[in-house]
Amino acid sequence: MALISSASLMSRASRSASAGIGAGVFLRQREPLLAALTVVLILLVGLRAPVFLSAQSMDNLLTDSAVTIMLALTQMLVILTRGIDLSVASNLALSGMMSALLAMHFPQLPIGLVIAAALCIGLALGLINGWLIGYLALPPIVVTLGSMSVYRGMVFVLSGGAWVSSRNMPVDFIAFPLARLGGMTHLVWLAALAILALWFVARHTRFGRDLYAIGNDPAAAAYVGIAAPRRLLWTYGLSGAMAGLCGYLWVARYAVAYTEIAYGFELTVIAACVIGGISIAGGVGNVSGAVLGALFLSVINNALPIMRISPFWQSALTGLVILCAVVVNARGGKGRRKQILPLHGQPASTPRNSA
Amino acid sequence: MSTMTEPASAKTSRYHIEERARFRPGDLLRHWEALLLALLAVVCLVNGVLQPNFFDPYNLADSTFNFSEKAMIALPMALLIVCREIDISVSAIIALSSVAMGLANQHGVPPVGLLAIGIAAGTACGLLNGVLVTRLGLPSIVVTIGSMSLFRGLASVVLGDQAFTSYPEALGDWGQGYFFDVIPRPFVVWLLAAALFALALHGTRWGRRIYAIGNNPVAARFSGIAVDRYRLALFVLTGAMSGLAGFFLTGRIGSTRPNIAMGWELEIITVVILGGVSIAGGTGTIGGVMLSVLIMGMVTYGLALANIPGIIMTIVVGALLLATIAVPRLLGGKNGKRTAGH
Repeated sequence: MALISSASLMSRASRSASAGIGAGVFLRQREPLLAALTVVLILLVGLRAPVFLSAQSMDNLLTDSAVTIMLALTQMLVILTRGIDLSVASNLALSGMMSALLAMHFPQLPIGLVIAAALCIGLALGLINGWLIGYLALPPIVVTLGSMSVYRGMVFVLSGGAWVSSRNMPVDFIAFPLARLGGMTHLVWLAALAILALWFVARHTRFGRDLYAIGNDPAAAAYVGIAAPRRLLWTYGLSGAMAGLCGYLWVARYAVAYTEIAYGFELTVIAACVIGGISIAGGVGNVSGAVLGALFLSVINNALPIMRISPFWQSALTGLVILCAVVVNARGGKGRRKQILPLHGQPASTPRNSA
Repeated sequence: MSTMTEPASAKTSRYHIEERARFRPGDLLRHWEALLLALLAVVCLVNGVLQPNFFDPYNLADSTFNFSEKAMIALPMALLIVCREIDISVSAIIALSSVAMGLANQHGVPPVGLLAIGIAAGTACGLLNGVLVTRLGLPSIVVTIGSMSLFRGLASVVLGDQAFTSYPEALGDWGQGYFFDVIPRPFVVWLLAAALFALALHGTRWGRRIYAIGNNPVAARFSGIAVDRYRLALFVLTGAMSGLAGFFLTGRIGSTRPNIAMGWELEIITVVILGGVSIAGGTGTIGGVMLSVLIMGMVTYGLALANIPGIIMTIVVGALLLATIAVPRLLGGKNGKRTAGH
């Protein structure tokens, strides 16, 4: 088994080395195609409404997409392990609300401490999921469905159903996400940092590679000695921590915290992953896919008002894009699992590897 | 894991009580329906003690309005989950079928026609889901997340910032009317539907095959079951029932707004899983789902009587869901580990 897989890996490596420059191969890969589509979409919108291509509009686009990108990154890790985290939006709301309450009651707290608190709250909430899924081996969809309801309800309990509005928040609490550093907002910088960190985790750490292994074949991963429970614990913990950070960013950016913030946002995040070619069956996907998927959704959302298309189309278009993306991905992935070694006498079709 | 999945011809070990292992508390949990029944009794008793008005028959009857529509969708959803599929788009299908009824109503279609249109719209949506899942071999959770967005989006495109109102009287009669002045009509319809579903799932070859598919789709296919046809039928059925629920919901609230039935899909799935249907497929009964619907209904009703805001209910439901799946695993210890789920 090990022999076959290493042989196939080698043959894949040599094949991609020899054919790596061909444009056909380039376009047949998912991420370059998606990147090209995004650029074409941006240009098309720019053709109709040149204001969309202005620096300020692009800056808006990046700032708007930051939270989606960050959440999609950690959701990607979860989906890689054949899991799903439906609780991110509720986690975001709860940590956002708690950080807002913290800032409201202790306005003199330094902003860094508030952000760290939000991160830790999110991490704790995520670790609860991770423990249930990893150590009790419960199905992720059910666990996160349950914790989604619990966390969302707890936002209400904590806030008493009241809003925390900008009047109650300290100035630097609100200012941080949109403050600028070298021309970019902090949101964009944080997203860039998250991309780099998650890329490193997914590609260059044992933790990341283990997640691919677990997703590709949990039984085989267990046989090679990967401690799946511990990996899953920290995968969901990471997803929770990111949701906690985004909770603060969301609340501070819109300067309001209430029970329903980011309601239904978990499905947007999962949609971004699906568009980015991360297979819900586990083991397939990479960071650039998640980022491009999130960007693609943000471009659509930002382009609609500029194109003077009724905002009511947004959800319908998003749905259409998701369905098209899964159909295209399914077509591209046909036969991926069937043939491990190339057949004699015919050039092998290019099986795409996970990363 | 195996409450209902023994082959019908097993006359060897299953009924030999003396051969059973010693009693363990975990064994009681295997009989999920018994546990649910006990839970329902406890919920009713606690509510009855705390709330003097709880057992008032008119109150009890009225409380069923809150869950009848969701309960109608929970039935086909249970079948889908038994079959290892899922449908996230049900609430969006309600929205779209309600919009279809609203449009038809504006063109003067009579109430019977509205019912037909609602169910037809739901069926069409279910057909789209089913075709994508079976013909293209896509995972149902992804397809229905996409189609949820699509259906809900189409509904809001048609509605804009308007709402459809002024539905005919007859719709209201069905949505919030009574049989014999006591029993709410949606509840009766749900009971009838539940009887039909129970008969189909537990009394026919068709139902046995759904369990077979849920237990092992590949083996089911090799044994000659047209697996994809069953899946397609279940998605269409779920769509049709969502359309029916959309008819009753529209009648009950008398209007169609873009946020109609928002977030119901997750409530419905929660109810189904609480009812003992394993998300890994192959187990679960309609009786369990009915009991869990009633438990949820009674808890909601009790909280409403006690003036506790509805969102507290979501905590209760979520915690209940987590507890129901975690407790058997904790009691079962190591031996049940890693058999389910993945």
